[in-house]
Amino acid sequence: MAVFSQTPEKKRFRFLDIIILAFIFVLFYAILRLSSGMDIPFSPANEPVISLDPSMLPYYAGRSLLRMFIAFAASLLFTFIYGYIAAKNKLAQKILIPILDILQSIPVLGFLSATILAFMAFFPGNLLGVECASILAIFTGQAWNMTFSFYHSLVTIPKDLEEASAILHMNWWQKFIHLELPISMISLIWNGMMSFGGGWFFLAASESISVLGKNIHLPGVGSYLAAAVAAGDVRCMVYAMITMLIMILLVDQFFWRPLIVWGQKFKLELSESSCQPKSFIYNIIYQSFVMDLFYRTCLAPLLHFLNKRLTKFADFTEKAAQKMDERPKKGHFSFALKVIFLLFVCYELFTPACEAFTMLCNLGSQYLLHIFFLGFLTCCRVFAALFLGMCWTVPVGVYIGLHPSLSQKMQPVVQIAASFPANMLFPFITVLFLEYNVNFQYGSIALMMLGTQWYILFNVIAGAMSIPNDLLEAASIFKISGWKKWRCIILPCIFSHLVTGFITASGGAWNASIISELVVWKSHTLVATGLGSYISLVTTQGNWAKIIVGIMVMCIFVVLINRLLWQRLYQLSETKYHLD
Amino acid sequence: MPNLLELKSVRRTFAIKGSSDTVILDNINLTVKEGEFLAILGPSGSGKSTLLRIIAGLIPASSGSVSYLGNEIFGINPGVAIVFQSFALFPWLTVLENVMLGLEKKPLTEKEKKERSMQVLDIVGLDGFENAYPKELSGGMRQRVGIGRALVSEPDILLMDEAFSALDVLTAENLRRDLLELWLDKKIPTKSIILVTHGIEEAVYMADRAVILSTHPATIVKELTIDIPRWRDKKSPAFLSYVDQIYSFMTKRAATPSVQPQPLLSKKDNGLPQVSAGALTGFLELLEDQNQRTDLYKLADKFMMDIEDFFPLVEASSLLGFSRVIEGDIELTPRGIEFAQAPLLERKKIFSEQIMKNVPIVEKMVRILQSKSNKQINIEFFEEMFTRQYGEKMAQKQLNLLIGWERYAELVEYDDVKEVLYLEGTMQSD
Repeated sequence: MAVFSQTPEKKRFRFLDIIILAFIFVLFYAILRLSSGMDIPFSPANEPVISLDPSMLPYYAGRSLLRMFIAFAASLLFTFIYGYIAAKNKLAQKILIPILDILQSIPVLGFLSATILAFMAFFPGNLLGVECASILAIFTGQAWNMTFSFYHSLVTIPKDLEEASAILHMNWWQKFIHLELPISMISLIWNGMMSFGGGWFFLAASESISVLGKNIHLPGVGSYLAAAVAAGDVRCMVYAMITMLIMILLVDQFFWRPLIVWGQKFKLELSESSCQPKSFIYNIIYQSFVMDLFYRTCLAPLLHFLNKRLTKFADFTEKAAQKMDERPKKGHFSFALKVIFLLFVCYELFTPACEAFTMLCNLGSQYLLHIFFLGFLTCCRVFAALFLGMCWTVPVGVYIGLHPSLSQKMQPVVQIAASFPANMLFPFITVLFLEYNVNFQYGSIALMMLGTQWYILFNVIAGAMSIPNDLLEAASIFKISGWKKWRCIILPCIFSHLVTGFITASGGAWNASIISELVVWKSHTLVATGLGSYISLVTTQGNWAKIIVGIMVMCIFVVLINRLLWQRLYQLSETKYHLD
Repeated sequence: MPNLLELKSVRRTFAIKGSSDTVILDNINLTVKEGEFLAILGPSGSGKSTLLRIIAGLIPASSGSVSYLGNEIFGINPGVAIVFQSFALFPWLTVLENVMLGLEKKPLTEKEKKERSMQVLDIVGLDGFENAYPKELSGGMRQRVGIGRALVSEPDILLMDEAFSALDVLTAENLRRDLLELWLDKKIPTKSIILVTHGIEEAVYMADRAVILSTHPATIVKELTIDIPRWRDKKSPAFLSYVDQIYSFMTKRAATPSVQPQPLLSKKDNGLPQVSAGALTGFLELLEDQNQRTDLYKLADKFMMDIEDFFPLVEASSLLGFSRVIEGDIELTPRGIEFAQAPLLERKKIFSEQIMKNVPIVEKMVRILQSKSNKQINIEFFEEMFTRQYGEKMAQKQLNLLIGWERYAELVEYDDVKEVLYLEGTMQSD
C-alpha cells in the first residue's frame, strides 16, 4: 500500500519518543472523556449550564474541537462517496453536480433550527440530538467545497496515467488507492484546511442557539462566549477569544502543517520547487522511533490486510459487473425501473409540495412581497460589505503580494484571521456601537465585513503574487505607473482571483447576515431590518411557515445572484483575463 | 500456430461536436508474428496512436477485430504492456514501487515481486536508483523506469508510443541502442515490439518492418520489410535509400494538392494546413536560399527539425502554388521565387493574389463581404458555416487561420471586440 509507505530507515529510541507516547496517551484519554460528555440526558428542566469559570475553558475547547473533527471526518467520508459516484457515473453526474452547486450556495445557518428540531426528535431526552445538529451545521459548512475539489481532481486525471493504470489491469480499488486518492491529495488537503477554517464560524454559531423559545447551550467555547455576553462579562469574553485563537493555532500546527508537508510527495509536476513547506511536528513524527514502531507493527500490517481484502472484493465486484454486462440487455426493464423510481419520487414529494403551497397561499402575496423587500435590503448590505472590503483589501493585498518577503510572512496570518470566527468578535463591536450610538442599519454592514473581507484579501494576495514578473518589468521600462499601471496590468491580472474572492465572500456574507443583523448585548437588542434578522427572529419564535419562507427567499436571492452575476464574471475572467 | 497479433479490417470513428462522425482509422489489416520488431509510421494526427490504443484494448474498434494468439480481445489486451511518450509514471511512488505496479496482478508474494522488479531495474540500467522518486531523475532515466515497468510483467508484445520523442537527441539515441540490445540479445522474453513513431530514421534503425499510414482517415499505404543486417549504419546507402523510400510514401499526400487543387468546403476534408503566413514566408525564403530544388529530408536534418514539422509547410506552399513536390524533393515555382525575393508590400500583394486564386473559401468570404452594403459581417456567420463543415473545435482553428492569412494579405480586417469582419479600408468611414 504505497500511499502510506515510508522510506525504510532504522530509528533509535530517543527522549522525544517519551513525549510522543505521553502525548498519544493524553490524546486518547481526552477523546474518551470528551465524547462521554456528548451523550447526556437533556430536558427543558435539565438544561446543561455553562459555567463562566475560566478553568472550565480547556474542557469546553476540547468539546468544540471534538465536534469539529467529527464533522470533518463526516465531510471527508461524504466527499469520497459523493465525489466518486459523481465522477464515475454519467447519469449520477448530471444529477449530483447541479445539486451540489445549489447546496453550496444555500446559506446553511438558516437551516440550523430545522435540523436541530429534527435531531431532537430523533434522540428524545438526550443532548446527543443537539450535538448532532451542531455537527451537521459544521459539516454543511465544510463538505461541499471539499467534494467539489475531489470531483474536480477525479475528472482531470491526466489521460496517460489513466491509460497506464488500465494497462496495468488495476481494479477500481487499486486504481483508487494508487492513482485517484494520491492525485487528489494535495487539493483535498488544501481545501480541507480552508473548509475547516470556515467551520469555526459555524461551530461558534451553532453551539448556542435558541429554538422555539428555548435556549440551548452545548458545552463549548461558542456557548461560553454566549454565556459571557449574556452576563455582560467582558473579561470572560476575552478569555473565550483567546481560547479560540489558541485552538486555531494548535490545529494548524499539529494537524494541517504536518499534513501539508506530507502531501508534498503527491505533487504531480516532475520538478522540485525551491520553496518547500516545513513543519517541525512532521519532522518529530517522522524521526520518531515510537511512530516508526507503531507504523511497522500495527498500522502497516493492518493496512496491508485491508488492502488485500478490498482488492479481492473489488475483483469480485468487477467480475460480477462484467457478467451483468454480458447478459443481454433488457432495455424495457431498466426503462420501466427508471419510470417507477421517478413516479415514486414524485409521489413522495407531492404531499410536502402541496402543504408548502397552501402555506404560501395563507401568507398572502402582500407578505411575500414584504419578505422580498427585506431580502433586497440584506442584498444591499452584502454588496456594501463586499465593496467596502474590496476598497481596503485590494491595495493592501496587492502591496503584500508584490513583496515576496512580506507575503511569505503575511499569508499564514491572513489565513488564521480568515479562519477566526467573526461572530466571536460581534459582541465587542456591539458594545462599541452602543457606546457611540451607531445606526445599526448601517452598522451591521461592518459586522458582515468582519468575516468576509479576509477571503478577498487572501485571494488578492494570491493574485498579486501570480502577476508575471516580465509584465511588471515591462511596466517599469515603459514608465507606466499610477492609475494606468493599475488599469492596464494589476487589475486585469488579479481579476480572476478577485472574482473567486468575491464569490467566497458573498457566500460568507449571506450566511453572516443571519447572525449579524440581530445582535444582543445584555438587555439591549440591536436589529437591522433585513432578511437575516427576519430569519433569526422567526427562528426564535419557532414559526415554521415563516422560517421556511425566509430561507426560501434567501436561497432564491443567492442562487439568482450566483447565476446572473458571479458566474458571468467568472466566465469573463476565464476567457478575457486569463493568464497563460 | 496462431499469429501473435492480428487486426482484421479495423475501423474507428470519433464523434466530433457539431459535425458527423469522422473516420480516424479505416480498413486496417495487420499481422504481427513472433520475433518481429514492427514500426508504425505516419504524420502526427494520422491516428497511429489511436491504432496503438486499439491494439492495447484501451479503446474499442468501431468495427473489425483485434485478436491476440487467435482469440479476439474485448477490453484490455492481456498480452501487452505500453511505454508512454510522457512516461506516465506515478510521481508519488519510488522507482521500485512504480516497477512493482507492473506485477500488481501477478500471484506472487511481495518478496518475489521485489526480486523480479530489482532484476528488471538492473536490466534497464537503473541499478541503485530503486529508492529515488521519478522527479529526481532525468528524462532518459524516467523513460527507463517506464520501460522497466512495462517489461516486468513479461508481456508478449511491447507497445511503444512515441517512446523516444520526449527525450533530447542524445538521450533518445542512447536509449534506442540499449533497448535494441536487450531485444537482439534476447535478454527479455518479449516476443514482439511495436513502435509507433513519426521518426523515419528511428524506424529504419530499429524495426524489421515498417507500416506506413496515410492521414484522414489513416489507412495502410505501404508495408515495407527493412532488410539490413544489424547493427545498422545510418550513413550507409542502403539505410538512406530506405529513409528516402519511406519519406516519399509519407509525403504522397502532401504532394497531391499541387496536382489537383482541392475544392474547399465541398467535400469532407481535413481543412487547410495550420501554417501562419509568417511561417510560410520564412519557409519560402529558406527554400530560395537553398537553390531551387532541395531534398526535404536533408533540409529537415540540416535545421535539426523533425520532418513532420515540414509537412504542413510543404502542403500550404504547394496549395498556394508557391512550390511543387517531386519525389521527396521540393521545388519553388516561378511565383514562389518571385514571392521570396519581393519586398514586404509586394509580397502581401502576391500572397493576396495567390490565396484568392487557390483557396476558394477566401474568394467566397471576400465576395460575401462585398455584397453587404456596409462591407462588414459578424464573425458568427462564418463560424456557423465552418462548424457545419468541420465540427466546432476544428472550425475555430480553420477560421482563425484564414483570418490570419487574409489579414496578412490585407484583404479583410477583423475587430476582436465587436467580433466583426470587414473589408480592408472600409472601417475608416465609420
